[in-house]
Amino acid sequence: MTAADEEKVEVVVVGAGLAGLTTAYVLAQAGVDTVVVERGDYPGAKNVTGGRIYMHPLRHYLPGLWDEAPLERHVTRETLTMMAEDASTAVTLDSNRFREEPYHSYTILRGSFDRWFGDKVAEAGAFILPKYRADDVLVEDGRVVGIVMGEDDEIRADVVVAADGVLSLIAEKAGLREPHKPEHFAVSAKEVIELPAKSIEERFNLGPDEGAAQLYFGALTKGMLGGGFLYTNKESISLGFVVGIESLMEREPKIEVHELMEDFKARPEIRNLVSGGETVEYSAHVIPEGGINAMSKLYSDGIVVVGEAAGLGLNMLLTVRGMEFAVASGVVAAEVIKEARKTGDYSAASLAQYEELLRDSFVLKDLQTYRNVLSFMENPRLFNYYPQAVSDMFAQLMWIDENPKPKISSTVISEVLSRFVNWSTIKDAVGFLRI
Amino acid sequence: MNVETKLGLDVFKIDTEPHIIIDQEVCKSCEDKFCLYVCPAKLYSINRESGDLEIECSGCLECGTCRIACIHGALDWNYARGGYGIQYRFG
Repeated sequence: MTAADEEKVEVVVVGAGLAGLTTAYVLAQAGVDTVVVERGDYPGAKNVTGGRIYMHPLRHYLPGLWDEAPLERHVTRETLTMMAEDASTAVTLDSNRFREEPYHSYTILRGSFDRWFGDKVAEAGAFILPKYRADDVLVEDGRVVGIVMGEDDEIRADVVVAADGVLSLIAEKAGLREPHKPEHFAVSAKEVIELPAKSIEERFNLGPDEGAAQLYFGALTKGMLGGGFLYTNKESISLGFVVGIESLMEREPKIEVHELMEDFKARPEIRNLVSGGETVEYSAHVIPEGGINAMSKLYSDGIVVVGEAAGLGLNMLLTVRGMEFAVASGVVAAEVIKEARKTGDYSAASLAQYEELLRDSFVLKDLQTYRNVLSFMENPRLFNYYPQAVSDMFAQLMWIDENPKPKISSTVISEVLSRFVNWSTIKDAVGFLRI
Repeated sequence: MNVETKLGLDVFKIDTEPHIIIDQEVCKSCEDKFCLYVCPAKLYSINRESGDLEIECSGCLECGTCRIACIHGALDWNYARGGYGIQYRFG
């Protein structure tokens, strides 16, 4: 499409990630003339997930669509690990609840998932334009009227859907968000490590198609805010970690991000799980950590912002979510656009419904409920003190030597008194109530 | 495995032009040099002879961490041009 092209589409979506593809899918199914532009060579080319996706929200918003989706393993084992310097304590849940269909969550690789979803969107009638990097919005009379690539490659539309991911460049250009603050974002680095399915099943104690999801926090981020993750895919492991950007900037002495990755892989708890595996991809992604206080404006005249571009990502400590928010916000945005289309009114007043509907949904409700997570995580004791204290206490309980061993209750009480009964812990416990 | 080897596993379509432009005037007075530490691909370095900040854009994972960390505004940051840059196969 060139400047000479007078054609206009009804909706142009910037970004063929989960939010963009979802919006386009719902619009295309309703016969809305929709184009999705994607800077990658194919949907998924520029996307990374940890990752694991929760299916109930997806099925709720788009029932039936996901049956043939290329998902990895359905998760049946959940592990939380506190890492101390020289030890770690893990809690693992293996539950039949996760073995009942329809499955609760799946491990996922975006490369295959987004490509499949892109095909579905194209089948539904939307037009996907890869290798197209939208550089700016077109604004006339204060209204967004389209996008432009480079100098003059324009696509005009009734409404622009900014689904361009966490850096949200289009929303920034449209004046809908402030430049990013380091304290609101984390950087994640990840390796995909190939291992035969049988090895994965043996090492993680899984049946065929079953998966493990593991989260780590503590020493692996060397005093910085963040955590690690490990997900078992069909024939590979996704291993990585997240660290707050402000934490990285403030730490003395400085540590480089890739060093954290190597040190994490070298931990005895991790090393053996991935040994013999072949790393096939190294990736990185910025993640929103600021929650509800770091969101963009969600709409304006002629534009709505969906998914991570709107800051719809959430660290809920026991998990980190974004993909379900992307899909939910995409469906809601598409429905609002369909409604606006009836009267041809794409003004802010008309599109405001998008924010109202999100407020009534789990998306903004969860962001509101978990708004204190960031300040809770800024407590260094979480990473430095508790993992060590818990592991030391557990080690003491398990220790047998030539001396007579005290009663279990004696050990527990004296350990708890010496480690956990103090003002700092009481303050932390009060802090816990905020999450 | 060092980071260069890991990047070597990824598919990059390398452009002739860099997509991140550094304003050396800003860097001259910057003591922080956050860019050197926060980049998961370790793409930033200081040229020993000229003292300039350099970035090896061809290995860029386009995460945007440097864009956020450089609070001094030295970076004219963009994603790689359409058709170029990292193309994740697994994601």
